[in-house]
Formats: sequence, structure tokens, C-alpha cells
Amino acid sequence: MAKPDEVGYYRQEELLKADHQPPKTGWMETPVDFRPGSYIYPGKAKNLKILGLPNPHEWAVTDADWKLPEDWQRIVLEGMAERLKKYRSFKLFMDTCVRCGACADKCHFFIGGGDPKNMPVLRAELLRSIYRKDFTTLGKVLGKLNGARELTADVIKEWFYYFYQCTECRRCSVFCPFGIDTAEVTMIGRELLGLLGLYINWAIEPVANCYRFGNHLAIPPHGMVDTLEFMVDDIEEATGIRVEVPLNKKGAEILFVPPSGDYVAAPGIYTCMGYLLMFHELGLDYTFSTYASEGGNFGLFTSHEMIKRLNAKIYAEAKRLGVKWILGGECGHMWRVLHQYMNTVNGPADFLEVPKSPITGTVFENARSAKVIHIMEFFADLIRHGKLKLDPSRNDHIRVTFHDSCNPARAMGILEEPRYVIKSVCNNFFEMPENTIREQTFCCGGGAGLGTDENMEMRLRGGLPRGNAVRYVQQRHGVNQLAAMCAIDRATLVTVCDYWAPGVKVTGITELVANATIFKGEKKRTLNLRLEPIPGVHQDEDGKGGQP
Amino acid sequence: MKILVSLAAVGLLFLVGLLGGLGRAGEVVFGVLIPYPALVVFLGGLIYRVLSWAKAPVPFRITTTCGQEKSLPWIKQAKIDNPSGLPGVVIRMALEVLVFRSLLRNTKAKLYPAENRLAYGTSLGLWAAAMAFHWSMLVILIRHLRLALSPVPAVVTFVEKADGLLETGVPVFFVTTILFLAALVFLLGRRLLDPQVRYISLVDDYFPLLLLLGIGLSGFWLRHFAKADVVGIKELVVGLASFHPVLPAAIHPLFFGHLFLVSMLLIYFPFGKLVHMPGVFLSPTRNLANNNRRVRHVNPWDYPVKTHPYPEYEDEWREKMKAAGLPVEKA
Ligand code: SF4
Ligand code: SF4
Repeated sequence: MAKPDEVGYYRQEELLKADHQPPKTGWMETPVDFRPGSYIYPGKAKNLKILGLPNPHEWAVTDADWKLPEDWQRIVLEGMAERLKKYRSFKLFMDTCVRCGACADKCHFFIGGGDPKNMPVLRAELLRSIYRKDFTTLGKVLGKLNGARELTADVIKEWFYYFYQCTECRRCSVFCPFGIDTAEVTMIGRELLGLLGLYINWAIEPVANCYRFGNHLAIPPHGMVDTLEFMVDDIEEATGIRVEVPLNKKGAEILFVPPSGDYVAAPGIYTCMGYLLMFHELGLDYTFSTYASEGGNFGLFTSHEMIKRLNAKIYAEAKRLGVKWILGGECGHMWRVLHQYMNTVNGPADFLEVPKSPITGTVFENARSAKVIHIMEFFADLIRHGKLKLDPSRNDHIRVTFHDSCNPARAMGILEEPRYVIKSVCNNFFEMPENTIREQTFCCGGGAGLGTDENMEMRLRGGLPRGNAVRYVQQRHGVNQLAAMCAIDRATLVTVCDYWAPGVKVTGITELVANATIFKGEKKRTLNLRLEPIPGVHQDEDGKGGQP
Repeated sequence: MKILVSLAAVGLLFLVGLLGGLGRAGEVVFGVLIPYPALVVFLGGLIYRVLSWAKAPVPFRITTTCGQEKSLPWIKQAKIDNPSGLPGVVIRMALEVLVFRSLLRNTKAKLYPAENRLAYGTSLGLWAAAMAFHWSMLVILIRHLRLALSPVPAVVTFVEKADGLLETGVPVFFVTTILFLAALVFLLGRRLLDPQVRYISLVDDYFPLLLLLGIGLSGFWLRHFAKADVVGIKELVVGLASFHPVLPAAIHPLFFGHLFLVSMLLIYFPFGKLVHMPGVFLSPTRNLANNNRRVRHVNPWDYPVKTHPYPEYEDEWREKMKAAGLPVEKA
């Protein structure tokens, strides 16, 4: 028998029956159903202690008593009052919602699950109801009639459940006539829970790791050497090229920061191998850093302060190593931080120079102040200038679609660069339906710290809209690969595709680029970076290979 | 329950105004004594609300980008949906405020379990009703200026002319009156019939709708059925507007019901959801340019935080780093 944290536990027919009719009982009277598979385990005390966070304690979600601090109500209300003063977004989003419902069926969790509290508007009301009671006149006078309620321990449990059923994907904010971003409400909600020592371990452990090791996965510096060296061997096997791995190299021109998921887990590692190969081929004067070994930032899923605490290392390391500018790898939420927060929280980076491609001479004016560019911006510019020798037919066995990751799409708008790169290296590219791509893209269902197996039911439900769109292009165009420039996607979409569109594999874009690139001095390419035989390539004896 | 409470409240308010209009003393109360404070509450409350938002800083630039960013010169930027500077932002906000652009994107998702298919249909009912409601309300407000201003400005006459183009009925039926009422009925119906919207609805949603409906219907009645004495009403309103209130005799009592509902709307406005009107202008996901990497955004309350600096990191790992051949700062 499969368990709730295993995919096999869930029957597709059952999940597809998601009932979108709200229950008979009003939402304030409907208790949370903490069923296994739909919630995430609590943050362990040891992780909170590493970070110096309040009220570290051991507890279980199913416990009746969550061991909140003595004066927890005061803590929460004061925390709210403080944030209402500090964030116009929060104050405004508490006040201006008209409950028009336009956002309701825009959330992947509501679409795939039907729980009304996963409608963005109701998710925000969970917090707004407390705001009304304690901070508004109408709420005080009308009480429940106007959606106001007392702050009780059950409310805290409800917050925990639903603020960790939001992937902070911001899809709802695209459709809201007032731009209300429920992700912002969720972020504040999680901060308030954090004041009571309530976190999920799947987010707070990576945060604690990142704080100490510089990356989420707790890879120590010498471990990084081994990890990357291991890739060097595989790269040599596939291409005959032995690449160098510059680490903590002072005076390099560029500091390269990828998400750490790419160091250890397939298929991310193939993209990491792609980085190494491409930079070698270009003769880039760059370096990885063991200290700033992670651009991903689970602080974003924890608190605004934690964003800053974890991300500080990137500019600091750029300064210590004396690089000129920073290049960021393929990651989603990392780019929300690098694009929307880093310059504000850790800047100004006036010790760096405006990024300039050493190969094409292009100056990246759009990054003039933050001094960090996305690897797809970098590659698109190279390809445009004809600086890569590409043979897209090497990817002809691949029929690829592209999944816009939430943060690059809705918190940055990097839509064309990845498409341009993919189309340059693959002959068979197919878009998913319009309502599921670009700014309307659907989350993988496991972002914002929710991509853990104990949350499998919600991951599969939340992944339904994306999975369904993949299935559509699979049936219609024979799509067999899904490209995504996000490390979380490369982990979670594997599960989503296996479940909703079996047969579609997940890949990073740089992997596709490296597989299509004709490298100087390469041997006959019969294996791709996954060390799988490239279909259609002659395994002939003359050693030359070639396409049929 | 929530709608019944709201309905009862609006009905009661209307009756109070109506009955008040029957006697001279009541006319003074509902025609003069209430409208002034109502206006004060409206303006004061609104200013207070807007200031309360404006006072809160915008620590981070969190634009929701709905199109291609400005990056390489040969890549076409979505200048409005992903603005990189003020002109784009102004157009984006103008479209948001004037034509409710985000609502225009609305779709309805539907899951077909048997076929394992998720489909999206356009869903423009809400957009159309919102447009009809807000724009006709604006036109109606402009039309009402006739009652307050003497001489009547040319714009008002022009708007009236255009609005009465259908030229049916005596007095002429205005297109916007019909649109206004129809849109309100649609919005109310949607709120009641759409199970999800109904589930999230509060008194704050029903009450303003019903109040507006009450105002619209009483106004309609006044003009077309009661055929109220416009000259008298104008005298009163002009008096109010010029702070020299006069109370002409023989104004239809229904007018006081209408006016009282308007006064209540003014008083209610700053407290409930209606503040979305000024609020939309301040929304940081919409009114900021997505130029974060080009121009640094400063957080006014930024404070230092505890980090794990490199020297501490190296202290922890130095020997291992040396053994692995990694360069270190301190030998
Ligand atoms: S779309 Fe915006 S205003 Fe409408 S219910 Fe959702 S959050 Fe509220
Ligand atoms: S941010 Fe995403 S996950 Fe969260 S409520 Fe909005 S649509 Fe749902």
C-alpha cells in the first residue's frame, strides 16, 4: 500500500473530481482538515536556534496544543500593526479587496483542489478577518457579518495550513483589478507565524543550511569541489573535453551564482554540466564561490528579514573576490530575489561594474545598478551575435515545450530570452495553451517551500493545471520534454509530469544549449549530457559520427 | 442573512428619509442638517484613508510584470504591461483605472474530469458590468451637476444630450440610468448566484450594492413617475452648494428619501470596500516601473541584520578548504 507521501497513493480519477462547490458551512465555521499529504512538517527547533529565531520548540501539526508562547495574541497583533505601518502593500491589500472573485479560479491549488480557502481572496481573508476585528471600525461594529473574527489558536492553525498552501506564485495578482498580490499577504502571514516559532521544516532547514554553508543543501566547501569534479568526469565522457572548475578565484571577471539544486540532483546537474561546458567553450574568466554557492533563497519563503540575511553573501563575495559583475543561473525564486530585492536589501553594489559581455561587448543597461544578469540574457545575446556554434539537429529527437517559472515571469518578465535560446538550439518547440504560459503561467505546485513529499496531495493537485497543459501538447504535438529555468521546477515538475503527463521529461535550458553546441575539440558526440545515446546519431566506426 | 441585513438596513434608511420629507422639520434635518456632515465625513474619511496608505512606505519594488521586460535592445518589450519607466506606468495605470484592464483578462477555468481536461473560457461579464456601472455612475454624477450649478456648464448639457440620445419618454430616459441599474442588478445577481462569490460575500458587499440600487431607483422614480419639481430641488441643492441653504416648499418627500440614501452613501464610503476607488492608484504591484536592476529602490526603514560573514565561514572550514585545494584568506 502506498502512503500519503507517495504518488501511488493518489488516483487520478479521485483528484480530478475536485469539487469547486463551497461547503454548506460558512468558511469561519469550517475547520481545517489536517489530512496527511496536505500539510508540511513543522520547523525543527535546532534550525530555529541556528538562525536565532523566537520560540524554537518541537511540535506536530496534529497536536492539539502547538505550544505557542504565553502572550501569543499580543505578539501577532503587534506584529500585524508593525507590518501595516511598514508595508503599503499589506495595508492596501487589507483594505481594497472588493471580493469580486476574479482571482478565485486563478490559483492552481483551488483549480486542482476545490478548497474555497485556496481561492486567493479567501486566503487573504483569513488574515483580513483578524485585521478587521482589531484595526477597522466596521469590523468592530459588525463583527462576523462583516467578516471579522477573534484571533484564536484555531485561526493560527488555519493560517499555517493555508499560508503553506500558497506557492507565492503571484498568478492571482495578474487578474486582480487592484493588483492585490496574495503572495504578499502570504509572506506577511508566514512572518507572523514565524513570530510564534511556527515554520515548516522544508523551508527553515534549507534556510539554516544556507546561513551556515552558503547553500540550501549543506554542501561544505570541500564537498562542492568533489561535486563539481564529478561532473567534470561525466562531461569528459560525453564530449571528450576536460573543463576547469574555477572556485573562489580572486580577480575573476564574473562571479557565477547558480541555485544549489543544480549541484546534486538530476536533471539539474545536467544543466550545471552545461554551465561548465559553455563557460569553458567561451573562455569566460569566471568563478563559482563555495561561500556564495547558492542564489536560491528560501528566506523569501520565510520573512523579508531572512531574504536579506541569506542574500548578503552574494555582494559580499563579489566584493571579496574582486569580480566585475555577477551572472545568475537558471532559477526561479532566486531571480525574484536578485531582481526585485537584492539591490534594495544588500545594495548599493557600487564596487561592481555594469555587466558587459566579454565576448560580444554588449553592455547590459537593464542591470546597470544591480550588476547581475540572467544567464538567458547572456546566452540570448551570444546567440544573436553568432558567437555559439550550434547544431540544433542534435536535439531533433526532443520535442520541447517551455514552462515559464512563476517568478521570472511575474516578478521580472524574462519571457522572450529563454524562448529565443530554446528555438535556437531545438528545431521542435511547441507552446502550451495561451492561458498557461507567460504572465499567466501556472506554478509547478511545489514552489515557496512546498515541494516536499509529505505534501504530495497538494503538489499533485497544485500541479494539475500545469500537468494538464503539458498533457495537451504531449497529445497534440508529441512533446516529450519540458524545459524550465528553475531549480525547484526541475525537482517538482518531474513528479508532476510523471503523474499528469507521463513520458515527458524535464530539462534545464542550458542542458539543451550544451547538447546542441559544437565545442572546439569535442569528440564524436554520441552521448548527451545525461550520458544517454543521442538517438539518430550513427554509432559508426570511422569515429566521425554525424546525423543520418 | 448578510443580504437580508443589508436589505433591511437600506430599506429602513430609505423610509426614514421618506418620512422625514413629509414634515417641515424633517425637511430641514434631511435636506440641510444631514447632507453637510455627510459630506464632511466623506471627504475627511477619504483623506484619512488615503493618508493612512500614503504614510506606509513602499519598502520593495514588487511590480507584477505581465509581459516582456526591457532587456536587450532587439527584444521587444511589453512597454505597458511591463513598464520600465514613468510613461509606461502612467499608461498602465490609466488603462487599469479607465478600462479595468486586469479584469479584461478574466477567464473561467473548468475541469472536465472524464476527459482529464482543464479548459479556460473568456469571462467578461464582470468586466462589462463593472465598466457599465462605473462609467454610468460618472455620467450620472456629471448630469447631477445641473442641480448644483447655475448657470449649467456646457459640459453638463452636452453629456445630458448625448446620454438622452434615445429620446424616448417624457422626460427623456437616460441611457446611463438604465445601464447603471442593470449593471447593479447583474452584480448583485452574480454575487448571489455564483456559489464562490456568494461564499466570500459580506455585508460590506451587499450593503453598498443595495444602497446604490436604492439611490438609483428612487432617483428614477423621482424623475419619471413622481415627476418631482426640479426647480424646487435645484433651489435647495444650489443653496446647499453655495452654503446658503434655502428650503423651498413642496418638494416631493421621495426626494428626501433619495437624498438621505446619498448622504448615507457618503458617510459609508470611507469605511467600507468603496475605498477601492482611491486605493487602486496606490497599488505597488501596478504603479511601479519594473526597473529594479537599473535603478536602485531604497527601503526607508532598512536596518542591519545578522549575517554569516565570510571570515566566520572560513574559520569554520579553513582546514578542509586547504586540503581540498581551495584558496583561503588566512593561511
Ligand atoms: S480579484 Fe482582487 S479584488 Fe477581486 S476578490 Fe480577488 S483580491 Fe479581491
Ligand atoms: S500567489 Fe499563487 S498560490 Fe498563492 S494564492 Fe495566488 S495564485 Fe494561489
